[in-house]
Amino acid sequence: MIDESKVVVGEHLHRFPGGLRLRHNKRVACRHAVARPALPTQLAVPMLQQAGPPAEPVVDVGDTVLKGQLIGADPSGLGARVHAPTSGTIVAVDDGPISHVTGQPGMRVVIDTDGRDQWTTLDPVDDWRTEDPATLRAHIDMAGVVGLGGAVFPTFRKVDGAHAAGIHTLIVNGAECEPWIACDEMLMREHPRRVVTGTRVLMRASGADEAVIAIEDQMGAVQSALEQAAAELGDNQVRIVRIPTIYPEGGERQLIQTLTGREVPAGGLPQDLGVLVQNVATVEAARAAIIEGKPMIERHVTVTGDGVAEPRNWLALLGTPVAHLVAASGGYTSAAQRLVIGGPMMGYALGRDDAPLVKAGNCILVLTENNVRPTQPEMPCIRCGECSRVCPARLMPQELQFFIRSGQLDAATDISLEACIECGCCDFVCPSHIPLAEWFRHGKAEARHLARERAFADHSRERHQAREARLAEARAEKEARMARRKEKLGNDAERKRQVARAIERARAAKEKSSTPDTTEKDKGGES
Amino acid sequence: MLIPLIVFLVFGLVFGLVLGWTARRFRVESDPVVDQIDALLPQTQCAQCGFPGCRPYAEAIARGEADINQCPPGGEAGIRALADLLGRDPKPLNPENGEEQPRRVAVIDEAACIGCTLCIQACPVDAIVGAAKLMHTVIEDECTGCDLCLPPCPVDCIDMVEPEPAFSDWRRPAPGEATS
Repeated sequence: MIDESKVVVGEHLHRFPGGLRLRHNKRVACRHAVARPALPTQLAVPMLQQAGPPAEPVVDVGDTVLKGQLIGADPSGLGARVHAPTSGTIVAVDDGPISHVTGQPGMRVVIDTDGRDQWTTLDPVDDWRTEDPATLRAHIDMAGVVGLGGAVFPTFRKVDGAHAAGIHTLIVNGAECEPWIACDEMLMREHPRRVVTGTRVLMRASGADEAVIAIEDQMGAVQSALEQAAAELGDNQVRIVRIPTIYPEGGERQLIQTLTGREVPAGGLPQDLGVLVQNVATVEAARAAIIEGKPMIERHVTVTGDGVAEPRNWLALLGTPVAHLVAASGGYTSAAQRLVIGGPMMGYALGRDDAPLVKAGNCILVLTENNVRPTQPEMPCIRCGECSRVCPARLMPQELQFFIRSGQLDAATDISLEACIECGCCDFVCPSHIPLAEWFRHGKAEARHLARERAFADHSRERHQAREARLAEARAEKEARMARRKEKLGNDAERKRQVARAIERARAAKEKSSTPDTTEKDKGGES
Repeated sequence: MLIPLIVFLVFGLVFGLVLGWTARRFRVESDPVVDQIDALLPQTQCAQCGFPGCRPYAEAIARGEADINQCPPGGEAGIRALADLLGRDPKPLNPENGEEQPRRVAVIDEAACIGCTLCIQACPVDAIVGAAKLMHTVIEDECTGCDLCLPPCPVDCIDMVEPEPAFSDWRRPAPGEATS
C-alpha cells in the first residue's frame, strides 16, 4: 500500500514532535582509531542475538570450526543464522549468560580459539552491479545480517519486505542519537567508501532508486569524508543529509519524519511511505556479506563512560566477553558503578561482565555515580504534562502509566501504547521521577502476553467446539444405526409376535431341559 | 385544518415505513451477552467453576445463576474483565473453586503409560494423541492445563508441569519489582 505522492526524501528537513537536546559525551570515545582487541582465548556465541526465535546449534562439542562457518541454523526462517567468529574447537553447547535484555541464560556455542583465525571458504557474488537483486538478498540472509542499530531485526526479512512493497528511497541511518555511542560515527569516518558502496549495493538489493545517508549536524568530518567517497566512486544517487541533533532523531520513525515530513502510520511500516531505513553499520555488514561473502561475525562497539579508563571504539568479534573489552580499554575506574549495554536512554543493565558481546551490542557503557541520575524517591504524578510535550510519538505518558499501573491494559492499548518507542524522553523530564519508559516496557510486555492468552483461549475454544461437534456427530451416527436396526425388525406388531415366539421357544427348551439326557442336543439345535 | 393533519399523517406514514424497512434491512446481529462472557473466559474447559465447561458457565452467568468469581484459571484479571463487561463490582476469587495458578501443561510419563485411552477421552481439547494399547503423549502447545486427564488415569502417569517460557514470552517485571 504505497502512497504514490512521492516526496523527495531529505530535500527539506522537518521537525518531529517532542524530543530533547541531550549532552552528547561522544567525543571522549573518538580519540583513538578503531582497533581490534587481542583475540580472547574463548568466545561464547549466543544463539539468540536477533529479534525472532533463537538459532539452533548445528555443531557439537569437539568439532573444529573455521572462521565464518555456520554454527547456528535458522530453520523457521524468522530469525537469523549465527556463524563462528574465529577458528577453533567447540568446547561447550549449553546455557549460559547471553547479554539478553531479559537477563536470562540462553543457548550458546563456546569456542576455544586456536589463534590462527583461519577463514572458511567464502562465497561472494561476482559483480553486484549485474547480479540479480534476489541473489544479493539471499546473500544477506545466508550471512545472518541483522539490524545493528539496536533492534536486531533480521535484515533479509526487512529488505525483502521493502523490495516486495516497491520502495523508492533507501535511508541510511547514521544518526546514532543516544549519548556516548560513537561506533557508527567512527565507521563512517574511517570507511566512508565502504559505507557509500554498501549503500549502493543495498539500493540494488532493495530496489530503491535513490539513497540518503542521514548524519547528525555535529558530525562535520563525517560529511566531508562521505561526500568525498561518493565523488571518488562517481556516485550521484547517494546524498548526504545532516539533520538536527535532537534526541531521538535516529529513531526510525523520527528520522523518516525529519526527512520527509510525514509520519509512518501507527502499526504501519516505513515501506508504506516508500522508504526503507537501515543503520549504517548494517549497510556495511550487508556490503561485506555480498561483496566479500563474509557473514556477520564482528561489529563496531563503543566502550565508554566515566567508569572506563580509556574510552574508545573497537572492531570486536561477537562472543568476546564484555570484561575482555573493558580490560582492553584500560579497565574499570574506581568510580565505576553500573554496566549498561546500549546507550543511557534505552540500554539495559548487564548484571555480569563475563557475558558476551552480541549483535545488538553497539555500546558498552560503564557509568559512575555522577553519570547516573541520583535515584530519587518516586512521587505521585502532578499532571504537569511535560511528558506529553517531549513525547516524539505524541502519546500521553501520564494517562498510559495510569492505565498500566491499574492493570487496564486494554485502555492503554486503546491510547496507542504500542506506538511508544521507549525512547525515555518522558522519564528524563518527569519532575516526579516516575520511571515512565520502564512502565511502558512492562505494559507492552503485559499487553502482548494478554493478547497471546486471548489468542490461545480462542484457539482452545475452537478445538473444544470441534471436539463437541465430532462427538455429537458420532452420537447421531450411533442413533441412526440403532434406528436402522429397529427399522429392519419391522413394526411393533411384528416385533411383538417375534418376541412372543422367542419366549415360546425358550419355554419349550426349558421344559425339555428337565429331561437331562436330551439337553445338550436340544441346545445345539436351538442355537 | 384538514390539510396539515393529512400532511403530517402522510409524513408519519412515510417515515414509519422507511424506519421499519431499514430496521429489517440493516439489522445488526448484536453480540449476545453469552458470547461476550464466553470470549473473556480462558477456555481451559476445566469445570472448576462447577459447570461442565466455559460455555455453560458463561450461560449460567448470563442467567444470573453463577457469580463472576468462580473461574480460577481466569484469575483476578478475568474477574475484573467480567466485572467491567457486566457492570458489577469485582470481587476476590471464590476459594471453593480453587486458586489462581500459572499455566501448566500435562506431561505423560510415557514409560508408565499402559495405553488405556481414558485420558484421551477426558481431554476437552483433543490435546492427547495415542491409541488403545499404544503409548499416549500430550501436545504441549494445545494443552490448556485443565487437570481433567488426571483422575481417569489408572496408573497415575500424568504430571502437571509449568512449561519453560520461551524468550518471546518473557514478561518484563514492573519497575520496582524484583526480576525473576
